[in-house]
Amino acid sequence: MKKALPYMIFLLLFFWHMVLYAQDRFPRPEFESGHVYPTNQMPTPRAPGWEHLDVIVLIGALIMTTWLALKKRSRQGLIWMSVFSLAYFGFYRQGCICAVGSVQNVSLALFNTGYSIPITALLFFIIPLLFALAYGRVFCAGVCPLGAIQELTGIKPVKLPKSVEMILAFVPFIYLAIAILFASTNSQFLICRYDPFVGIFRLDAPYTMIIFGALLLFSGIFVNRPYCRFLCPYGVLLNIFSRFAGKHLTITPAECTNCRLCEEVCPYDAIIPSDTEQQREEPQKSRKRFILYFLMVPLFAVAGAVLLYNLAPALSGANNTVRLAREIRTEKKTGIESELKDVAAFKESGKTELELFSEEELIIERFRNGSPWAGAFLGISFGIGMISLTIRSKRSEYKPHQGKCYSCGRCFKYCPIKVKA
Amino acid sequence: MKEGKNKYQSRRDFVRIAGKLIVTVPLIIIPVFLAKKTSASGYVWQIDPLKCTQCGQCKTNCILTPSASKCVHAFRMCGYCDLCGGYLRQGVKTISTGAENQLCPTGAITRKFVEEPYFEYTINEELCDGCAKCVKGCGDFGNGSLYMQIRHDRCVNCNECSIARTCPSNAISRIPANIAYLAKDKR
Repeated sequence: MKKALPYMIFLLLFFWHMVLYAQDRFPRPEFESGHVYPTNQMPTPRAPGWEHLDVIVLIGALIMTTWLALKKRSRQGLIWMSVFSLAYFGFYRQGCICAVGSVQNVSLALFNTGYSIPITALLFFIIPLLFALAYGRVFCAGVCPLGAIQELTGIKPVKLPKSVEMILAFVPFIYLAIAILFASTNSQFLICRYDPFVGIFRLDAPYTMIIFGALLLFSGIFVNRPYCRFLCPYGVLLNIFSRFAGKHLTITPAECTNCRLCEEVCPYDAIIPSDTEQQREEPQKSRKRFILYFLMVPLFAVAGAVLLYNLAPALSGANNTVRLAREIRTEKKTGIESELKDVAAFKESGKTELELFSEEELIIERFRNGSPWAGAFLGISFGIGMISLTIRSKRSEYKPHQGKCYSCGRCFKYCPIKVKA
Repeated sequence: MKEGKNKYQSRRDFVRIAGKLIVTVPLIIIPVFLAKKTSASGYVWQIDPLKCTQCGQCKTNCILTPSASKCVHAFRMCGYCDLCGGYLRQGVKTISTGAENQLCPTGAITRKFVEEPYFEYTINEELCDGCAKCVKGCGDFGNGSLYMQIRHDRCVNCNECSIARTCPSNAISRIPANIAYLAKDKR
């Protein structure tokens, strides 16, 4: 023991030295020539003032679009507004931050303690919704860069069959529910990842996204605004809010004469025809249908909740930690070493597998807590959609459907009634 | 008849007002709830050099080409070695500035003689494409004075950093914009 003591002291000192100078394998030089260390020039990020300017531009653009759509009734003006928004929010600001993606920032901030939301993201989320509540979807008409690029390329509108349109219109609801679930569990920002046009704004993206964006734009020549109608998750919120809009764009500047000239012009199927001449279903029958669907709403909600609750483990695969834990588990089971860089990084990090697995459990638990709500939302939306099929109100005029109408103003010129200012 | 119409009208109004209330409430609650959690300065993405495993994904996974992440040299940590693990390829026969000996694929590192036996290595940011080969070399054989940072003159500050999404070591995270860089030699 006594003999070993000096060695032990030496070893102790040696290891202590290693701990202290873990980084410095080579001693730092002592220059004799008086050489001074150069300094790194690190560029500072964009000043926050510019981001506040974005909010001001957003508000200004919204006010301008509202005026053009509701008061001035100028399709030309709305097109110029789209050009401006495409240039500013799209190509100059490169599509970030946008209101569509801000949904995720809000849900991440709501359900995670570590993240504080930039004030711009919050305002980009709230302000267009407020405008929708007051004046309809004016944000879509001329402010959203994603909408603008599609509005400007949609030159040869073709109408889709009503059934196809209705089925596809449910996709954004699913997209929104899943995106909020992923964002609130801090897994990933799905909407930003699959934003088809941001690559075009930046003129740089993975080629798959460029192809996706180009295909959407190409199909958008005929099926106008495909992203807005069949994908946009923020559009779901705007749709809901706009239904309760105080004021909304009207097709005619005065009173509708039921001339039917505007009937076929809306590429989004957002014009509700007047039904003075249409056959009506028996009131008894439609009332029964209404009650049936009404009672089915909770059923749909429960069904959606159960479905998504059971899908939670599969959905949690979107989380990097869960994916890593699964990879490690397969590695242990099969004995084949994983090729993933994540696994290599994990082994280097010194975290134990137990820690990782408990973390995974926690994340799956969060998914299990969140997914029933997403499912219930989907079920209720589906139920309300079904109910709306049964409701038929008497109408003696042609009106835009407040949820579906993008306030694009295509119908203005078809109305023969002109009011001189 | 007239009465009947009024009845429908008032029911419709009721649904309308109720719906309006239902959607307005969250619109008021969310900002109030989040008011405490907002930050005026905003966030930027940055690489934590202590977590980084130099996998090289920064080069390929950034939405920009070339990537916004580039190599930075912490001169105060550097050993100013002649045989530099970040500059020279492994197993070179001669220590020289010949292109065949350089580790950097774009020749972005310049080697300058300072005094016997020290050499200074500086990075030309114009040429650096963020492949992190030199960072790995320096970390494996040297003092680890080379490290990756996201340059904010290039970074467009995406809402979700596409490198962060795939970073195997979760080294990229949002940091307050007034900090902006996680310099290795200042900690």
